[in-house]
Amino acid sequence: MTSISHRAGTRKRSAAAVAIPILMWGYAAIVLAPLLLVVLNSFRTTREIFADPIGLPTSLSFESYTTAWNEASFSQYFVNSLTITVASVVLATGTAVFAAYALGRYKFRGSTLLSIFFLSGLLLPFRLAIMPLFLLLENLGLIDSRIGLILVYAATGVPFSVFILSAYFRQLPSELTEAARIDGAGEFKIFGRVMLPLVRPALATVAVFQFVPLWNDFFFPLVLLRSTDKWTLPVGMTRFFGEFQADWSTLFAGILITLLPLVILFLVATKQIIAGLTAGIGKM
Amino acid sequence: MAVTTPSTERQVRPKPGKGVGRTAPPWKTLALFLAPAFLLYAIFMVFPLAQALFFSLFEWKGTARGGFVGLHNFGELFGRFPLNEQLPRDLLHNTIFFIGTMAIQVSLGLLFAVLLQGNRFGKQFLRTTYVLPFMISPLVVGYVWSLILNPTFGPVNTTLKAIGLDALARPWLGDPTTAFPVVILVNVWFWLGFPLLLFAAGLAAIPEDYAEAASIDGAGPWQTFRHVTMPLLTPVFGTVAILTFIRAFNVFGLVWALGGVDGGPAGATDVLGLLFYRTAFRGGVDAFGVASALAVVMFAIIFGISMLARWWFSRLEEGLT
Repeated sequence: MTSISHRAGTRKRSAAAVAIPILMWGYAAIVLAPLLLVVLNSFRTTREIFADPIGLPTSLSFESYTTAWNEASFSQYFVNSLTITVASVVLATGTAVFAAYALGRYKFRGSTLLSIFFLSGLLLPFRLAIMPLFLLLENLGLIDSRIGLILVYAATGVPFSVFILSAYFRQLPSELTEAARIDGAGEFKIFGRVMLPLVRPALATVAVFQFVPLWNDFFFPLVLLRSTDKWTLPVGMTRFFGEFQADWSTLFAGILITLLPLVILFLVATKQIIAGLTAGIGKM
Repeated sequence: MAVTTPSTERQVRPKPGKGVGRTAPPWKTLALFLAPAFLLYAIFMVFPLAQALFFSLFEWKGTARGGFVGLHNFGELFGRFPLNEQLPRDLLHNTIFFIGTMAIQVSLGLLFAVLLQGNRFGKQFLRTTYVLPFMISPLVVGYVWSLILNPTFGPVNTTLKAIGLDALARPWLGDPTTAFPVVILVNVWFWLGFPLLLFAAGLAAIPEDYAEAASIDGAGPWQTFRHVTMPLLTPVFGTVAILTFIRAFNVFGLVWALGGVDGGPAGATDVLGLLFYRTAFRGGVDAFGVASALAVVMFAIIFGISMLARWWFSRLEEGLT
């Protein structure tokens, strides 16, 4: 009796040993297939794609890339996306690191309230503020301006940066700062010379993690930017898909230009991005 | 005084390894540290968000604010055609979008997280692959799938035709009956990596001796999973549910790319995000007032329900410990 049930157990286990990898690699294939299709079809001509949507490129043609880059203004969109995203990340992280230091290292009157004020931003649906924001930027002369968009983006990045960095500052030992204090260092010197070098890993997490949603955002530039020469990649993409409707080869090249920087960033900084994605767990 | 005394005591006897609670520097120094982030965040985010409520109570002519009109804009929002039909319909769409996404991504996400934990070969590669779509812009995800699902030249239909399943080939995004379910499935492809990561982190945090203790007590793998692992994952379920809810009610670019700004075909894929955009920027002369009213309603739903859910999940957690 026992030997039979034991054997049944082994059979069950070996069935699982076959089924599980099929399931896991099968789903990986479902994830990768559309992306692979984008890469392969960007090197094929539109005629080839229409004749057979799934197929390998017969020759390596970069024509679709030059068309997307030059004629469809992707060079302009790309530069805009890059400058706007980098400037926003620098501004958000650069201001948040100071606030996070004060909130993470000290308890003072109102510090809890301030922490809640910053943290609430993790849950607020900011797009709903678009109309007051639109009028505010109009009054400041910052509609259709990359600077206006950078300020808005930086503001959306502040809550997450403060959240991660203040938690990181809180964990740091105080021996080093005490030693510096005894040597007569002021608050800014302690911050700059002692604490800032110690939070570098958290700064990397925060910066990399903010890059992704800003690079991908479509809503704010759609409303706040008008001139096509200021557009970022996602907004440019809407025009591109109308104009190049019949030129699939170029469409695939444009898609690849848009998502390649993020794929590279993700592969290079997997650790930081996964840390950022899982940071909210249990603290929500 | 009452505030400073205890912290001075703490400076005399500092907690080992912790610098928190020490006497704060003078308020001028603190203000210098806090002001830039505070001002940036307050001026460009919090203040405009609060203003939206205020805006909804006034008459608007373009971007010029008129007199106080009370709840008139809310009356327009719920009573004027076609808003009075689109708003309930889109509310239902967002709800279905949330429930559909949640059902698939929680079951699949948890399944893959569990399998990934037990898997040795290719663990890193698989995890990276599953999360990869989550890095792509929603708009780009939508455009990629609109090409794949194209009725004539898309690989889905041509493959179905090539293997003799012509009857199944259809204009997936052009047919009102299939369009919205397809949008949900595309969204699952896009998001699945995120709940998976959260579940994986939750599973990794459970000490191994719990499962060992359960198996010594005679529990099988399923019983251990059901009665030991699942309850310990309650906070993760809470986080996943709340974040999915917020994202589901904010969905915009994905649907824009798949169904256009009107959520086509025939409004089958229309959602609140698109309705809000159309009301605010493609509406009539009083658009700002009516759209502000819609913003207030959406804010109440998104923020209110996510707060309620947080409270409910934290009670659930307390009940377990």
